[in-house]
Amino acid sequence: MPITKKNPKVHPSGDKRFRMLEATMKRYQYASDALIEVLHQAQELFGYLEEDLLLYIAHSLKLPPSRVYGVATFYHFFSLKQKGAHTCVVCMGTACYVKGAANLLTTLEQQHHIKAGETSPDGQLSLVTARCLGACGIAPAVVVDGNVEGHQTSESVISRVKECLDHGY
Amino acid sequence: MDIEELNAIAQRENQKQQKTCIRCCTVGGCLSANGLAVKEHLEEAVTAAGLGGKVSVAGVGCMGLCSQGPLVRVDPEGTLYDRVTTDNASEIVASLSNNVSAMDELSLKTYPASQYQPHNHPFFTRQLKIVLENSGKIDPENIEEYIGADGYQGLYKVLREMTPESVVETITRSGLRGRGGAGYPTGLKWATVAKVGETPRSVPQKFVICNADEGDPGAFMDRSVLESDPHRVIEGMAIAAYAVGANQGYIYVRGEYPLAINHLQTAIRQAKRLGLLGSQIFESPFDFKIDLRIGAGAFVCGEETALMASIEGKRGIPRPRPPYPAESGLWGCPTLINNVETFANVPTIIRKGADWFSNIGTETSKGTKVFSLAGKVCNTGLIEVPMGTTLQQIVEEMGGGVPDGGKAKAVQTGGPSGGCIPAAAFDTPVDYESLTKLGSIMGSGGAIVMDESTNMVDVARFFMEFCMDESCGKCVPCRAGTVQLYQLLTKIREGKADLTDLEKLEELCHMVKYTSLCGLGQSAPNPVFSTLRYFRDEYLGLIST
Ligand SMILES: Cc1cc2nc3c(=O)[nH]c(=O)nc-3n(C[C@H](O)[C@H](O)[C@H](O)COP(=O)(O)O)c2cc1C
Ligand code: FES
Repeated sequence: MPITKKNPKVHPSGDKRFRMLEATMKRYQYASDALIEVLHQAQELFGYLEEDLLLYIAHSLKLPPSRVYGVATFYHFFSLKQKGAHTCVVCMGTACYVKGAANLLTTLEQQHHIKAGETSPDGQLSLVTARCLGACGIAPAVVVDGNVEGHQTSESVISRVKECLDHGY
Repeated sequence: MDIEELNAIAQRENQKQQKTCIRCCTVGGCLSANGLAVKEHLEEAVTAAGLGGKVSVAGVGCMGLCSQGPLVRVDPEGTLYDRVTTDNASEIVASLSNNVSAMDELSLKTYPASQYQPHNHPFFTRQLKIVLENSGKIDPENIEEYIGADGYQGLYKVLREMTPESVVETITRSGLRGRGGAGYPTGLKWATVAKVGETPRSVPQKFVICNADEGDPGAFMDRSVLESDPHRVIEGMAIAAYAVGANQGYIYVRGEYPLAINHLQTAIRQAKRLGLLGSQIFESPFDFKIDLRIGAGAFVCGEETALMASIEGKRGIPRPRPPYPAESGLWGCPTLINNVETFANVPTIIRKGADWFSNIGTETSKGTKVFSLAGKVCNTGLIEVPMGTTLQQIVEEMGGGVPDGGKAKAVQTGGPSGGCIPAAAFDTPVDYESLTKLGSIMGSGGAIVMDESTNMVDVARFFMEFCMDESCGKCVPCRAGTVQLYQLLTKIREGKADLTDLEKLEELCHMVKYTSLCGLGQSAPNPVFSTLRYFRDEYLGLIST
């Protein structure tokens, strides 16, 4: 249910996560320049930024929805679509690139029949690319569900992702 | 907090240092290689060997040799162990207990120390550590260990013994230049911000910002400094704030660096608790507060005006300069913005003096530079060398050359704004001017080694794709130009281009360079220029005639 001017602040769905988001905004005194911090928190709570959520934030921070949407779409970190249950990030930074990151990506794309930036139809796996994770010393690097794995080969990354899909870690 | 308390903490810490300590890297690459589990196993092994009272185990920051992690060093001897596994932990402790308690007659095969010993391997011996002096030595989550390493002495000195003018003067005399890329003289920047509002009646609000966005792919120096020694950056910022008359600071750190964010939060909290941040620091009239701002994944936000827009909660879009941030920055107020490594140099310069610092390095570039050595090279990791060290020494001696007997072809520095330096020019001493002359830039310090298997047109295309994706879209030359350049490079790469395409490529490069609004567009053609300059053959080889 979309937020309208008539039902501000407390979200009608009764979803507890909104209360936590509300606390964050309060901490920043609903200042409009805290928008990025609030979006970070919202994405952490909800996993991605739904339109309804963006409107809610716009309303709370007294910003035009266009501004909130503009910021949310400008930064790569924010996702407006639901992600898969698991994510695999392949670093395409320079160090990883010269160590064959493109191969890792192609292998994963072929194995799971999805392209970078897509989520598998069953909603299990999202394949993402990144611009340097700061783990160049152990290039090529990937991140599987938040864990950075270095010195990857096509075989090791396939089995690592499989492990994650099969066992959830 | 006063100086007696500070010294008391330092003394207590230094007494602790006398004991045998097993230090285990628990940040960066070593963390990914299971460093935390290794540390836990070491702790268990120490307890099991009954050495609890004699030997301590500590988690520390980056020791530099990231590719060989997890790294463990036994101090005070300084023996280094690489690629330690949880199984090896007890062997390291066993080899130690032979020394610690002579009566122990363990028949255990002792675990072999690393071939890279800090006292004899060029990877370590060629280094001179200022910014990284505490990295890998102290626990980054413990402010007392930083204080034990002379931490916050510089801040005390400026607040109680120096005027803001003399601080600026010291930094100017040291010859320190910005480590964020362009190499602007730091003292001059500080002086400009300090001067604003000197005459009018009301002193304006000023800000100090630390640029920890580190967007260059292949660079991880700032990450490592923040993870390994966050207090150094905080102290540097506080000294800068005193010098320019600011009382609020921001650290803008990449969202991709969760551990750096975590360590910074801890460090700020601890500094506040000890009264090293907050009001009336060291019982002086100086107040200073630092807040963190987390980036959200946009390369252009490393550019200073875009970064400030981002702190204000807006899209990270640059604006034309002037006005420079020094006059009109964050929320229109005078703002000092420096890179992480720039700030990290400051406490040591204050403690050891401008002359000490300016004795290191070359005529125009003083001090040291941290490089992240990566790519096709044996020893990848972080190194800090005096300015003027040659690429040959960095790549071949410290880096150990290309693995499997390969040959280095080029080193890429400066990320997407930089260029590729061919092996023939490896004897050039590295400083700001010499790299610019070679058609690259110092940049933030990423140094990526490429070997014979790397195709240079691919490299140019790779960086152009990066700039195309990261262009904020505000100005046409950058938004549309990078797309055209990318398509031209693709056409060349696929062998479908002819000589007129090559001409078009060069012409368009010049256009984008001279007409773009910000540094991103202005420098986007650099990788193309430098590969054309040194590796034109590879382009010509792909051209159909
Ligand atoms: C596209 C672009 C990206 C930049 N990225 C960074 C960065 O990641 N880190 C940084 O410190 N400076 C970066 N800079 C340079 C900053 O604009 C600024 O010059 C620097 O933070 C000043 O600090 P310094 O004087 O200490 O070098 C970038 C500049 C441009 C044009
Ligand atoms: S280039 Fe992949 S981690 Fe830096």
